[in-house]
Amino acid sequence: MAKIIVVTSGKGGVGKTTTAASFAAGLAMRGHKTVVIDFDVGLRNLDLIMGCERRVVFDFINVISGEANLKQALIRDKRHENLYILAASQTRDKDALNQEGVERTLNKLAEDFDYIICDSPAGIETGAIMAMYYADEALVVTNPEVSSVRDSDRVLGMLSSKTKRAKEGGEPVKEHLVVTRYAPNRVGKGEMLSLDDINDILGIPLLGVIPESEKVLNASNSGMPVAMEENADAGQAYLDLVARFLGENRPMRFTEAKKKFLDRLMGR
Amino acid sequence: MGWLDVFRNNEKKTSAQMAKERLQVVVAHRRTGGGDHPAYFPQLQQDLLAVLRKYVQVGDDAVQMEIEREGDLEVLELNITLPEDARH
Ligand SMILES: Nc1ncnc2c1ncn2[C@@H]1O[C@H](COP(=O)(O)OP(=O)(O)OP(=O)(O)O)[C@@H](O)[C@H]1O
Ligand SMILES: [Mg+2]
Repeated sequence: MAKIIVVTSGKGGVGKTTTAASFAAGLAMRGHKTVVIDFDVGLRNLDLIMGCERRVVFDFINVISGEANLKQALIRDKRHENLYILAASQTRDKDALNQEGVERTLNKLAEDFDYIICDSPAGIETGAIMAMYYADEALVVTNPEVSSVRDSDRVLGMLSSKTKRAKEGGEPVKEHLVVTRYAPNRVGKGEMLSLDDINDILGIPLLGVIPESEKVLNASNSGMPVAMEENADAGQAYLDLVARFLGENRPMRFTEAKKKFLDRLMGR
Repeated sequence: MGWLDVFRNNEKKTSAQMAKERLQVVVAHRRTGGGDHPAYFPQLQQDLLAVLRKYVQVGDDAVQMEIEREGDLEVLELNITLPEDARH
């Protein structure tokens, strides 16, 4: 059975698309057949982050409306044979994303894939609800910052009330906290919420911490999910996150401030 | 942490501590249903207060309202506190 995982946050620009791309890439690199779907209708971006923008012919909306079949719309990643992308449409008509169409498409994908990753748009409107509706699990992407944490809490409320699992009264959606853009040196100075703070407030299990890193911008410039980038701290953190998701035990990394040269020299 | 911060910490909270405390309040509020009121809620509360004041002198916090949800059922729970001498 395929697992459907939504990457969501409420607040915009916190790193959902970055996370969806690297999470999907990491799962594929571990041998799982994975598709990542852009639910951000009208603001297609996942294709750029995945580096396949020039290969998009048909998109998710074309599939839903029957103008193309899945085979025509799925884009296979050139680097990993297990990785596929379904792009969002550039249309401004948000109603094009109807529930029956989404369900039909996900059911069809579930016949073929191990993991279906849904990259949610920001906000708490139809698009975000559609992206989470059929989810089995959720990655709640949060920055260590007040408005992001509050919005994550609101999204947790939606996961427990607006999803199929919530409506049908089955097992609730399994929630994972993903803290991104974490800056340990600022946490050390008391300027930024710590992992423990965020854990205390939101109370859901922490799956991974991604450090604030210039490698993320570099990777997006070249159309490469940062998880595929060797020697990138953020990429390593995403691969750890994927390993934990698959049940492995990996300690959190990149959560301590780098020691200053002099401190290291003196063994402090 | 520099040695100066040791003194500063005694005097005031770090900005991260303030953030945490404020967030704990808003999150607790939402999770007990507080953030999920219909839009007419504050006005209803004002109107109820006005009606009440035709008969008794009450403070601004005399009317407490919550919405309780059980399945498809929504219950409006009203808690009105009368002053000690309201019977006279
Ligand atoms: N760990 C990180 N370190 C530094 N920059 C990051 C990190 N994660 C994301 N960013 C940057 O933050 C910006 C927003 O990222 P992204 O597009 O993934 O967010 P989003 O949540 O998908 O946004 P939207 O809500 O608009 O869909 C991008 O410029 C990205 O490069
Ligand atoms: Mg995005």
